[in-house]
Amino acid sequence: MSTASATVLVLGVLGLAAGTYLLRLGGIVLRGRRTLTPAAERTLDVAVAVVFVALVATSAFPAGVTASGLALPAGVLVAAVLAWRRAPFVVVVVGAAAVTAVLRLLGAA
Amino acid sequence: MMRTIRRDPDVAIRDILVVCLADALVGASLGAIAVASGLPWWLPVLLSVVVFAGASQFVFVGVLASGGTVLAAALGALLINGRLTPLSFSVAPLLGNRAATRLVGAHLVTDESVAFATAATTTAGRRRTYWFSSIVLFVLWNLGVLVGTAVGSVVADSDALGLDAAFPAVLLALVMPALRDRLTRRAALVGALVALAANTVVPAGVSVVIALAVVVPIVLRRERSVA
Repeated sequence: MSTASATVLVLGVLGLAAGTYLLRLGGIVLRGRRTLTPAAERTLDVAVAVVFVALVATSAFPAGVTASGLALPAGVLVAAVLAWRRAPFVVVVVGAAAVTAVLRLLGAA
Repeated sequence: MMRTIRRDPDVAIRDILVVCLADALVGASLGAIAVASGLPWWLPVLLSVVVFAGASQFVFVGVLASGGTVLAAALGALLINGRLTPLSFSVAPLLGNRAATRLVGAHLVTDESVAFATAATTTAGRRRTYWFSSIVLFVLWNLGVLVGTAVGSVVADSDALGLDAAFPAVLLALVMPALRDRLTRRAALVGALVALAANTVVPAGVSVVIALAVVVPIVLRRERSVA
C-alpha cells in the first residue's frame, strides 16, 4: 500500500484526468470540421476495427500469450465464434463470461 | 460514407444496458479492490468521475496498491489511454458543432460508446447511440464504483463471474459486422498479432497504438491507390 498523502493522491488523479482529457480532446481537435476523402474515411473505419481487435487480443492475454492461463482466452474465443455465427449480442457476451467463469470454477487459471 | 454494418438505425437499447450493467459490476469490483488495498474510499470515486476510463483506473489503483509511487501510477495509467485519441477522432463528427457539447462529449469517449456508435447505421442513429450509451455508461460506472467502495470485499470477485471475458466479447460482437469485410479483417488480424507481440515489452495501451501505427499506413496507401 502506498503511503502517499491525500494531497499527492489528488494531484496524481487530477494529473491523470488532465492527460486523459487531452488525449480525448486531441482526437476531436485534430479532426476539426474537415471532411475526409473517401480513402481516408474508409481507412478510419478499418483503424477503429484494428483498435478494437487489438484490444480484444491484449485483453484475452493480459499476462502474455504463454502465461495468461486458459479460462479467459477460451471465453473470448467462444465469443468470437458466436459473433461470427451471428448469435444475438447478449448470447455472445453472456456466453463468453459463462465459459470463462465455469472454467475457473473447474480450476482452470 | 461509413459502411453499413448493422441494419437497424440504432443499436438496441437492451444491448447497451447489458453492457453498462456489466461495466457497473466491474466498477464495483474496482471500488472494492481499492478500499480493500487500503486506499481511501474517495480515490476510486474521484478517479471514475474525472478520468472515466476503466482500464487505466485499474492500472492506477493497482500500482498504488502494490506500493508504487503516485507518479508511476499516473504515467502507467495514462499510457493505457493513448488509443482514446484515434477513437475520439472517429466519433468527433457525432459531437455536434457547439463548443460546450464537444467539450463534454470528449470526456465521454470510451471503447464501449465508440463501438456502439460505429455499429449504428445512420448519422442520426450514430449520434443518438453515442450520447445515450455514453451517458448511461457514465452514470452506471460511477454508481458501480461508489457502491463497490461501500460494500467493499462483499462484492464478488468480478473475474470469478467471467466479467473480464465480457469486455472483449462486447467489442467482438460490435466489431464483427465490420470484420465481414476482407480488408478490414486482414488489417485487424495483423494488428492483433502486432499488439500481442508488442505487449510483451510495452503496456497494453501502447501496444494497441503500435498496432495502429503499423497497419494504418498500409491500409491508407492501398485505399488511395484503389480510389
